[in-house]
Amino acid sequence: MSRTVITAEGIGKAYRLGVQESRQDMREQIMTFLRTPLKRLRKFNEDWSDGEDTFWALKDVNFEVKEGEVVGIIGRNGAGKSTLLKVLSRITEPTEGEARMKGRVSSLLEVGTGFHPELTGRENIFLNGAILGMKRGEIKKKFDQIVDFSEVAKFLDTPVKRYSSGMYVRLAFAVAAHLEPEIMIVDEVLAVGDAAFQKKCLGKMGDVVKEGRTILFVSHSMDAVASLCGTVMVVNGGRCGPRVATDEGIKQYLGLVGDTSSLPLAEKPRTQHKKRAPIFTGLKMSNNVIPAGGGITFEVEISDLHEPGEMTCGLALYNERNQRVCLFHTLYNNNMTFRGGAKKILTCEIPSLPLTAGQYHVELVLSDGYHELERVDRADKFQIIYGDVLGTGKIPNHRQAAVILPCQWRE
Amino acid sequence: MEYQAKDIPVANYSGPSDELVIRPRKGWIAVDWRELLSHRELLLFLIWRDVKVKYKQAILGMAWAVLVPIFSVVIFTFIGKFAGFTDRVQAGIPYPVFVFAGLIPWIFFQNAISGGGMSLVNQQNLLSKIYLPRLFMPASTIGSSLLDMAISFCVLFAMMGFYHFITPNLLGLLMLPVLLVLSFILALGMAFTLSALTVSYRDLRFLIPFLSQILMWLSAAMYPAAIFKNYQKYLAVNPIFGVIDGYRSALLGQPWHVGQLVTATCVSLVLFVFGLFYFRRTERRFADIA
Repeated sequence: MSRTVITAEGIGKAYRLGVQESRQDMREQIMTFLRTPLKRLRKFNEDWSDGEDTFWALKDVNFEVKEGEVVGIIGRNGAGKSTLLKVLSRITEPTEGEARMKGRVSSLLEVGTGFHPELTGRENIFLNGAILGMKRGEIKKKFDQIVDFSEVAKFLDTPVKRYSSGMYVRLAFAVAAHLEPEIMIVDEVLAVGDAAFQKKCLGKMGDVVKEGRTILFVSHSMDAVASLCGTVMVVNGGRCGPRVATDEGIKQYLGLVGDTSSLPLAEKPRTQHKKRAPIFTGLKMSNNVIPAGGGITFEVEISDLHEPGEMTCGLALYNERNQRVCLFHTLYNNNMTFRGGAKKILTCEIPSLPLTAGQYHVELVLSDGYHELERVDRADKFQIIYGDVLGTGKIPNHRQAAVILPCQWRE
Repeated sequence: MEYQAKDIPVANYSGPSDELVIRPRKGWIAVDWRELLSHRELLLFLIWRDVKVKYKQAILGMAWAVLVPIFSVVIFTFIGKFAGFTDRVQAGIPYPVFVFAGLIPWIFFQNAISGGGMSLVNQQNLLSKIYLPRLFMPASTIGSSLLDMAISFCVLFAMMGFYHFITPNLLGLLMLPVLLVLSFILALGMAFTLSALTVSYRDLRFLIPFLSQILMWLSAAMYPAAIFKNYQKYLAVNPIFGVIDGYRSALLGQPWHVGQLVTATCVSLVLFVFGLFYFRRTERRFADIA
């Protein structure tokens, strides 16, 4: 039974809108002070957190994290994730509630905080390390590891302002990656650098996880969340949902993210050979989040169609870069065709989709053998997340490949 | 936020792993000396950074720390000669040495006002992206100007040798460290107050250069205080005036103005304590409004 290392009880953070301190200029304050000095003085201590112009970025957040747990915090932009991390990192004070943390905490809300462009890579390693909370002796001890990890050894004595942005980020992450806190608070910092480095960072994070550290991890990359976190909390509108399994949380999140595809299929834009009522009137998917290699079933509803000839239907998947990665056509299935007539539902079952993680959209095409009667470009979309298709724990990411196929290497 | 009796700072690697409690705090907040002490290496790093950055890429590098005060001395000596201030100086003291003796502490204070005052707004990332003892941010700018001050003192002593103006002055030598400590307290007081105010009221960004100008004239940094005649005693309210006058007494053997020095000490201490607590009080809002 591991002990609880982070406890949050009723944490709330309010901001004043409009009359934010910074906005109220000095003249205004001096004038108010001169007019009503006593009132002003009293007001200094007054509790303003209930006013109308108060915005609660966080409200009533409760959770507990046990030692060694890796908890993802996901939610839309502006949901309050970063505020929560800022409160837990002591950067800003909560308006109410209390958090307790046991152990050394270090937070990484930005890579390279405190980097100075005029200083060399070597100097910045020391400076940034100190700002992140490392002692000089410790930085010295890890210096070589940091340099190795960052891959900028050649430019160590060049001012970082001459670094490419990739080098800069690599160096910055390298310093942060060598912190050894018991609790680590990380905000969307892996979203930097090139694919290879991102992978390296994820790997490093994975190592940190294996060492039994407790991590709070905010990311918009469901891929990273799925591969690192055991459980997640979905933050929405300043409130923090209960801890749920990662897949479940990602589903909730994707539900929140919503999209324009919430339009019923019949109302979605389409191209038709002849102007007519929509043919594709419904598309059901067995799941809108599947792990790589998982199966999915599509049910395509076709309205009553009075056209002669043998019809065919195609269902294509496009990735985020709008590349068509696969096409499932009725003809591929024993040359299947069908006739028009009453409204019907076609079922397309795909046992396994070994595609790299990311969002995919579905395109539907109906043809009568001569013409494309109707095409719906974006009929719906679904998400593929990390899944251990190859049984090795390693799969290519969406930048490296589009599909994941097994291979056998020999020496 | 309030830390329990045995609190430890975030990311303190050598400290014991105690519990950190984060909760809203109201009113005045005590200074967490333990935290400052355990993070002292960070302060040194920040000072080191400021010193490094200042002279990086300048071809003459550290030479500027010598050249700039010398140029100023030359200019103010000329001005003094034309304005007839030179007669106001106690006989035997070379005018350039007189100017320089006041210029050294003034440059130190000026840096506390402008550099220290802007230290927080110029490093907003350190406020909004990480937690560190924020008192270090204005404090480091002052620490870094100590080096310049040390160099200037060497130049001053060289200059005194050049003018064959050597005043064996035991009291002065004894008072010099006291004055240095006093300058430090005053500079920290000003930097804490101004930096915390500048975060809340950005108007101060425009006021600070002006304030620095006004104080330069009111502190008689570059010319003899005697030109103010009887008004001199009113100027003593400004602690910088008293401290600079003290430096001239210590370095040049001028008569001491004990009253002025006592006033300056009191005002400096009050400003230091006020600055420290005002800073702590507003610190919790820094990340929100930075």
